[in-house]
Amino acid sequence: MEKFTVHTGTAVPLRRSNVDTDQIIPAVYLKRVTRTGFEDGLFNAWRSDPAFVLNNPAYAGASVLVAGPDFGTGSSREHAVWALQNYGFKAVVAPRFGDIFRGNALKAGLLPIELDLKVVEELWAAIEADPQLSVTVDLQDRQLRAAGREWAFPIDDFSRWRLLEGLDDIGLTLRHEESITAFEQGRPEWTPVVH
Amino acid sequence: MVGEARPRTLAEKVWNAHVVRSADGEPDLLYIDLHLVHEVTSPQAFDGLRLSGRTVRRPELTIATEDHNTPTDNLLTISDPVSRTQIETLRRNCDEFGVRRHSLGDSQQGVVHVMGPQLGLTQPGMTIVCGDSHTSTHGAFGALAFGIGTSEVEHVLATQTLPQPPLKTMAVNVVGDLAPGVTAKDLVLALITQVGTGGGRGHVVEYRGPAIERMSMEGRMTVSNMSIEWGAKAGMIAPDETTFAYVEGREYAPKGEAWDRAKAYWTSLRTDEGAKFDTEVTLDITHLTPFVTWGTNPGQGAPLGASVPDPADFAEDADRVAAQKALEYMALTPGTPLRDVAVDVVFLGSCTNGRLEDLRAAADVLRGRKVAESVRMLVVPGSASVRAAAEEEGLNEVFTAAGAEWRFAGCSMCLGMNPDTLKPGERSASTSNRNFEGRQGRGGRTHLVSPQVAAATAVVGRLAAPADLN
Repeated sequence: MEKFTVHTGTAVPLRRSNVDTDQIIPAVYLKRVTRTGFEDGLFNAWRSDPAFVLNNPAYAGASVLVAGPDFGTGSSREHAVWALQNYGFKAVVAPRFGDIFRGNALKAGLLPIELDLKVVEELWAAIEADPQLSVTVDLQDRQLRAAGREWAFPIDDFSRWRLLEGLDDIGLTLRHEESITAFEQGRPEWTPVVH
Repeated sequence: MVGEARPRTLAEKVWNAHVVRSADGEPDLLYIDLHLVHEVTSPQAFDGLRLSGRTVRRPELTIATEDHNTPTDNLLTISDPVSRTQIETLRRNCDEFGVRRHSLGDSQQGVVHVMGPQLGLTQPGMTIVCGDSHTSTHGAFGALAFGIGTSEVEHVLATQTLPQPPLKTMAVNVVGDLAPGVTAKDLVLALITQVGTGGGRGHVVEYRGPAIERMSMEGRMTVSNMSIEWGAKAGMIAPDETTFAYVEGREYAPKGEAWDRAKAYWTSLRTDEGAKFDTEVTLDITHLTPFVTWGTNPGQGAPLGASVPDPADFAEDADRVAAQKALEYMALTPGTPLRDVAVDVVFLGSCTNGRLEDLRAAADVLRGRKVAESVRMLVVPGSASVRAAAEEEGLNEVFTAAGAEWRFAGCSMCLGMNPDTLKPGERSASTSNRNFEGRQGRGGRTHLVSPQVAAATAVVGRLAAPADLN
């Protein structure tokens, strides 16, 4: 995985709550067997509306998505994370994320940033006033900076370290293979074994 | 979470029994007893294994089926070449890595969360994962079961473990009893409307109370299945005699003395007296009646006897805006009685309500009646084995005599991925789990309902309960 330390870019305001993963990428786009090329499915239904915010040329090239509460609820499809990344997003800001989406994002290197709804509303207003507003996401300092202000965001030490170092989770776990093997010796004899 | 003396919750007991490694400042590493695999969320994970030269650590704790992207009108032809490639990729991956698969045409093929329990692979006290959010279904057996993304699928394939951040526990204390004609689906839809789609976030939930204890395994699976719809990580129910009776005798259930030892252990999997949950919620179902959704998330629901709400009546800004947008999408006017809402399609099936008991309940309503001419009704058994059992009882004849379509097993119209979809503007009453915009097909409008309400709606042509038919 690529290391994530500090990212600076422009942002796009998505004034919606409950953006479920079916909205982020409809199931019909999940037929592919690759991890790339999902950008065409991103918010596919909404993008057919010319008034949808991603169709506004003022926000072209934005790399930080700022959304309402309960972003990424519903389906576990990691394709939702890939679609956002394939489109060019590096971070998503929302007051609250679906748990599975948040976990998937952390695994794949898309930074989920939780900030209060009040802050998100301030960001929306600032971005709409100036679509070229520079937004800095600083994982090192756990801060989001924009318009001369800064907001701290929460992230656990372990996830932060993994992202900063760009570490592969499987590699980390396999360092403890002896513990896994030891655990396997003590599993109850009745646990099912597929034949 | 360590310490023998402290009373513990069911979730903590199962968690603690699976900790491979625990270290300060790191997530616990949990052992995974069963990994369910399907065609949509696994190809990139198998690719990852190949790229890094890894193997499947425990293929015998892994099992695959084909469900999301399969047709339900036949077992042989997948006409969409992209879908066909995905299915063939799963078959190739399973064969290459030694994973057992139940493919189209196999007697155990079906929706992944119907397959596990019917084979007896789902047992109390296990950890179960799958690249599918409705893995919470298996919590009905007192297993710790949750959905994962594709990176985690690869992690489990490679290591049979998952690092997990500390859990928070929640009790849903169900007060009262289900009135006749009111179902597990109504209960869970009412719960989600009460607590909201984010209400369970970060928690492993335990459903408790006499109504849960009296519920069949099928009903419990419906409740646990929809845990994810209010944001919970997992939804558990303590195993009891109902659970043991369901598991006993199934293909992978322990036999003989192993059964006795297993049962003795499973009996200990109850929340101890005095154990503390991080959060407690009370759901009073004393006056619960059939419940349906009117909006575009599962928390936008109301009793069938109510009317479409007025967004202006919502206290919170976010809820008001969400309701406004939902009603625009659903083409509904505030104040319209829900019983006046006409539907085009009725879908009976899915991991929420596609088991034999669900089909029986719907057939009881449809027996001797006809599906309204304006309605297309699809009946999609949750698995090939449910389909066979239903045919043995003649349920298929009840459905076809009523004018419904009797299909092969799969996820079907739950998710708008395979050929079974709503057309733009079509409205459905669906026994599935998500009424998101476009979930059942682009521009489709979904009302979530119980199997009984689905059947009555099919007869009337508008949202209805069986009691409306008399």
